[in-house]
Amino acid sequence: MLELKNLVFEVPVAEGSKETKRIIDNLSLTIDDDKFTVITGPNGGGKSTLAKLIMGIETPTGGQIIFNGTDITDLSIPERAKLGIGYGFQQPARFKGMKVKKLLEIAAGRRLPMFACNEYLSKVGLCSAGWLTREVDKSLSGGEVKRIEIATMLARDPKLAIYDEPEAGIDLWSFDRLTETFRDIHEARGGRSIVIISHQERIIQLADDIVLLANGQVEKVGIPDELLPELGFTAKGACALTEPTELHLTEIPTTC
Amino acid sequence: MAVDLSPIDEGLLAEIANIHGMPKGAFNIRKDGQLVERHSSANIEIATKTDNPGIDITIAPGTKGETVFIPVIVTQSGLKDVVYNTFHIGDDCDVTIIAGCGIHNSSHQASEHDGIHTFYLGKNSRVKYVEKHYGEGEGTGERILNPVTNVVLGENSYCEMEMVQLRGVTSTVRDTNAELQAGAKLVLIEKLLTHDSQKATSNMKVELKGDDSSVQVISRSVAQDDSYQVFNPLVIGEAKCRGHVQCDAIIMGNAKVKAIPGIEAASEDAQLIHEAAIGKIAGDQIVKLMTLGLTEEEAEKEILDDFLN
Repeated sequence: MLELKNLVFEVPVAEGSKETKRIIDNLSLTIDDDKFTVITGPNGGGKSTLAKLIMGIETPTGGQIIFNGTDITDLSIPERAKLGIGYGFQQPARFKGMKVKKLLEIAAGRRLPMFACNEYLSKVGLCSAGWLTREVDKSLSGGEVKRIEIATMLARDPKLAIYDEPEAGIDLWSFDRLTETFRDIHEARGGRSIVIISHQERIIQLADDIVLLANGQVEKVGIPDELLPELGFTAKGACALTEPTELHLTEIPTTC
Repeated sequence: MAVDLSPIDEGLLAEIANIHGMPKGAFNIRKDGQLVERHSSANIEIATKTDNPGIDITIAPGTKGETVFIPVIVTQSGLKDVVYNTFHIGDDCDVTIIAGCGIHNSSHQASEHDGIHTFYLGKNSRVKYVEKHYGEGEGTGERILNPVTNVVLGENSYCEMEMVQLRGVTSTVRDTNAELQAGAKLVLIEKLLTHDSQKATSNMKVELKGDDSSVQVISRSVAQDDSYQVFNPLVIGEAKCRGHVQCDAIIMGNAKVKAIPGIEAASEDAQLIHEAAIGKIAGDQIVKLMTLGLTEEEAEKEILDDFLN
């Protein structure tokens, strides 16, 4: 269980300025085990910052973070990682010379047999064994590096997985596959918690709980049936871009 | 055997050539300017030069699947060892050549090894050349390696050269010269890590003389502490050819790196590209690995290992 108690994160309004702006404003929230929680809300509302505070990438200026009864507010990133918190980056780093297999092994914390790596990759739609020897560098497209990022999370298998906008930078076809991946993760969670920051209706629909974050505060918490109608997705089906185009379907295999 | 090998010698040989004991097939092991042991094979003949110190290695046409080891170790301080090794590789060969030099210097005097390697590749031959340079020892004496590598690629031949210097060499000036005839392809990979106040200079001159010849130069380096590196690769296209030079450097501490990749075209059909990048380890790389449980130091080491691997 993750408990955020009166969390505050302030930054200077300008470099060197003493005047500060609150990005997270006295936020309290509990995320239960075995739950698939989607945090959504307007841009600039503090969603990504909140995710970074949970992972330890940013340090709060006030409040407490409790994970499974342990106060982790002052713990470093690797200490939190070892306690079972994982983080999927919105814009994953690239590494010259690092092979996909190596990254998966670092994530898993042990050597992995080929079949295990292939399984993680096929779950994110990367079916060929050739992926294992590819480098996680600039030769990969934005969507490919994003899928690999999710595969590293599957290999890490954290107790609490936080994904920061996993759909960002992913093409429409891949988004369909991504939704399926998260549906699978949801079904196989086995007591683990998943927190996803997302604007996408189809991901929000998967949620057990939705947290609406605005102005650094929790505005509402609820189940999809309650909250979805309030989130402005009423024009469902009206936008042509919600369906993948033929072009995408012919370019990329849709089954693994 | 002219000279016995000590545990230090064996450690150096394992480091530079990954050999444990005497290798199989053709080899020549040199220590402190002296021959330790030599072995020719049915297809590969190693003979002492008559004009200069060094050896001639003659590989019979059609030799395939064989490996030649010619490592050099220096454990005597105050020694300057200059050696000329010339490879005559016949047509239609496919061989691997493992060279390298390890210096163990526990004194205040300098130890230096200058290996001048020349390769003549016959038509359609394929050669993989691996050269590792390494220095160790608790002494303050400099460990100096100034290799010169000359390679002449015959028609439709292919050569991959991997030259690696990872730690311990105080000063190095590397000169690599290549000449490619029609259809020949050269892949030149250089990996370098300098630390403390080490200095490294790498000069390369690759001349693409024949039509459809091509070269790919890949330089990856890490400069730490107060070290200084200079890269000066030049590719000259004199025919319908392709050349690509890529220099990537990671800079740390107070180190300095200067990259001057050069391309020179003397034919309108020459396609030459160069790119160079110098930068520090990106913060997002470190943070990503930390979220996977590595400490900052472990993350940095992992990033450097992969970059140079």
